[in-house]
Amino acid sequence: MSNKPIDRVAQATPAGVARKVKGLSDRAIAWIFVGPTIFLLLAINIFPLIWTINLSFTNFRANRPNRDVEYVGLRNYERILNDSDIWLSMQATAHFLIWTIVLQVILGFALAWLINRKFKGNDLWTTVIVLPMMLSPAVVGNFWTFLYQPQIGLFNYVISFFTGADPSSFEMLGSVDLAPWSIVIVDTWMWTPFVMLICLAGLRSIPDYIYEAAEVDRASKWRQFWTITIPMVLPFLMLAVLFRGIENFKMFDLVVQLTGGGPGSITELASINLKREAFEKWRTGYSSAFAIILFVTVFGLASIYVKALNKVKER
Amino acid sequence: MSRFFQGLFQLRRGPWEMVATLLIALGVFMLMQPFVMWAFTYSFITTLVGTVMFIIVSHFPEQE
Repeated sequence: MSNKPIDRVAQATPAGVARKVKGLSDRAIAWIFVGPTIFLLLAINIFPLIWTINLSFTNFRANRPNRDVEYVGLRNYERILNDSDIWLSMQATAHFLIWTIVLQVILGFALAWLINRKFKGNDLWTTVIVLPMMLSPAVVGNFWTFLYQPQIGLFNYVISFFTGADPSSFEMLGSVDLAPWSIVIVDTWMWTPFVMLICLAGLRSIPDYIYEAAEVDRASKWRQFWTITIPMVLPFLMLAVLFRGIENFKMFDLVVQLTGGGPGSITELASINLKREAFEKWRTGYSSAFAIILFVTVFGLASIYVKALNKVKER
Repeated sequence: MSRFFQGLFQLRRGPWEMVATLLIALGVFMLMQPFVMWAFTYSFITTLVGTVMFIIVSHFPEQE
């Protein structure tokens, strides 16, 4: 017998197993391997999705499972799309989404640019920068709550050191104007390293000979940056924006830990509103319709992004 | 521009994907904008039409 991998697998297969699969076609064996994955996918993803779509057309309440369920048609969708509270929560989500992505992309790329240069302690700095990303959102939310304390919090003292303002004169988590920014700051602090790592992978994938050719052509550093670095890192940047965009659209844990959606409902993002509707007000049908609206939005955005990513890759 | 419309009439992937993408982007903007309530009300149907259109037209043949 030859020493091909397939022959080695055949030799290593126990005689009992070999007897059982003997006579099965390749297609049947492939189905045996893929079957459990398809079953899990159907059970964990597809079935709940179809069930949620079904519930979104009903007045079902999960805290009253024995009550008769009525089909209400599109009434849940109609009520959501005319609800000013949900409109406000979508605006809060937009503010959070736009600013976190802008800040994380700018800072992440800048950090990757700096880390990509060879200097002493490069690896140590990479590890230090990446640390926030490895922490649990519950832990991050908890210690940033302490950092934001107006009386004892370090954040207020740092701001007062630079601006001269009294540290106890402003409250990041309690102020209607500052609370939306407080969650943006924490998410940026936590997830900029992730964008940095993706950008770093992009920067390290650019071969040195391209820059050497540009040097020979006497291209300035500025021109090299815009015509070599940015186009070659762009697919990686877009991937980072896609990941962070989808993640932040669903953001829940960090914001609940920090502000709980307050003060009032100024930081009540769509997912927090959804959780309140589903598990505090127990309007299961209504919240299912809301979940489907969010799902279609994320799915649509992801479709655009995948298309854009493929186009950039083709260039 | 005429090539774009030609692609639309001949059911080619590129121009139709462009239309679907614009609809999705418009729907998302309408969902999150802080200006007018009616735009929020019609945002979901716009995004849904764009997304379903995107899935369908991505199976159209490429433009030569």
